[in-house]
Amino acid sequence: MSGRFLESTAMGFARAITRAMESERIARQRGLLQRLDPRVRVVGLLSLILAATLTRKIGVVAALFGVAVLLAILSRVSLLLLLRRVWLVVLAFTGVIALPAIFITPGTVMARTGALQVTEQGLRTATLLVLRVETAVSLCSLLVLCTPWAMVLQSLRALRLPREAVAMLAMTYRYVFLLVETASQMFESRRSRRVGILPGAEQRRMAARTAGVLLSKTVETSNEVYLAMQSRGFRGEVETLSSLHMTMWDYIGLLLFLLAGAFAAWIGR
Amino acid sequence: MFELREVFFDYDGVPALQGLSLDIAKGERVALLGANGSGKSTLLRLLDGLYPAAKGAVLFEGAPLTAEHLQDDSFTLPFRRRVALVFQNPDVQLFNPTVWDEVAFAPLQLRWPKEQVVARVDETLRLMGISALRERPPYRLSGGEKKRVALASVLVLDPEVLLLDEPTATLDPRSQSQVIDLIQEWKGSSRTVITATHQLEIVEDIADRIIVMEEGRVAADGATGQILGDRELLLRANLVHAHRHSHGDVTHSHPHVHSHGKHEH
Repeated sequence: MSGRFLESTAMGFARAITRAMESERIARQRGLLQRLDPRVRVVGLLSLILAATLTRKIGVVAALFGVAVLLAILSRVSLLLLLRRVWLVVLAFTGVIALPAIFITPGTVMARTGALQVTEQGLRTATLLVLRVETAVSLCSLLVLCTPWAMVLQSLRALRLPREAVAMLAMTYRYVFLLVETASQMFESRRSRRVGILPGAEQRRMAARTAGVLLSKTVETSNEVYLAMQSRGFRGEVETLSSLHMTMWDYIGLLLFLLAGAFAAWIGR
Repeated sequence: MFELREVFFDYDGVPALQGLSLDIAKGERVALLGANGSGKSTLLRLLDGLYPAAKGAVLFEGAPLTAEHLQDDSFTLPFRRRVALVFQNPDVQLFNPTVWDEVAFAPLQLRWPKEQVVARVDETLRLMGISALRERPPYRLSGGEKKRVALASVLVLDPEVLLLDEPTATLDPRSQSQVIDLIQEWKGSSRTVITATHQLEIVEDIADRIIVMEEGRVAADGATGQILGDRELLLRANLVHAHRHSHGDVTHSHPHVHSHGKHEH
């Protein structure tokens, strides 16, 4: 693993986080999902994700993908944005994993090129895998795009997720920004003092040292944060203020989500 | 209010405080002056009950700030409401998803009633001029805004003792001036303000008493005017440095203080 690779990874991570910040703007728009109680969004979209992962029929997963697209349109989430951020990325990553299945799964041969043969079962398996991941990630992205992070956390807490788990999630999200910033500064500082290209072994040593320094900074920061929490009265349990209220439309939305999820899982079994 | 008797503290064998003794009375505005590593931040943490003294005693209104005592809610809850620390690095203090949650964190941990929390947080945001930031996540704030939110996150409790660790460090001149104005507003109130800094130029504005620290000990303790007038002491404590420069053909050196707003010779 070269230093350049790590560097570009950190930069890519920083870009992803910048995009995450932009998504807060989408969360404030007045679309279908944004109008629903965040708990309904969490439970509803999770039930559709569960259905997509349980079903074995391509048609059913495709229908769930259609639901995700419809929800995106009704929630004013740009399809172009989903295409760039989700669909193409998932296709590239899952495609690499799914591609061999087309050739190595035994079954009815559809086409043959030299030693390679495409089977109907292989094609079906690969399509199901890609479509399933595309659907699940699209639904998950809709949840994140249409819900401010603070509300996602509040919903998870309202859904009885342990306080400690929610607090850990909140802190991870908060401090990953700080660490990325630190990592970027470290890479920049190193680049500013470097002349020419270093040999691979030296790059690896540098990458390992950078990782070590980042780790010790993480430990130091976590100790400081703990002290800052203690200083403001934290005694092991985070007290929060819940301000969520369910309306009739929220209950109707929840019911529709659950029915859709259960129906898809049942017919796709 | 605070009494320290022969206090020792170390970080894994590296001494930070070495036999420190001092008293701080209610309503005093004290500046802890000292170069980096002189023990200022450590002292603030001991005063806030975050670190226990390795040897010696730290007392708050006669009560010892020991680990055992701080585990007792009947002591800790009022103590945390009355004594607040603003950390040097606001990033470690801002760990909530939004500014509003950040300011509400302390009152919620101290189990204030919901209505009181909401009213007090809104009022604090308004007083600090940061109402517009209420829904913003802390990582999207500028350095000055982060510092104001960090201050708001403890001022919401209306504490009697404020411990400020380098409150103006890394701030641009305008943000520095805003923070100093805020501290100056507390002059004459019953609030005790203890500020750790190595910025001499702000001390006159924020303190009536200076404690100079050197290698974990009190090197000097006196009125602001008296300490700032002792250039030898400041030079020894690394708070000023000899500066060589030229006026035409004449080159000379003298103690020198750096400042954004002033440049003193």
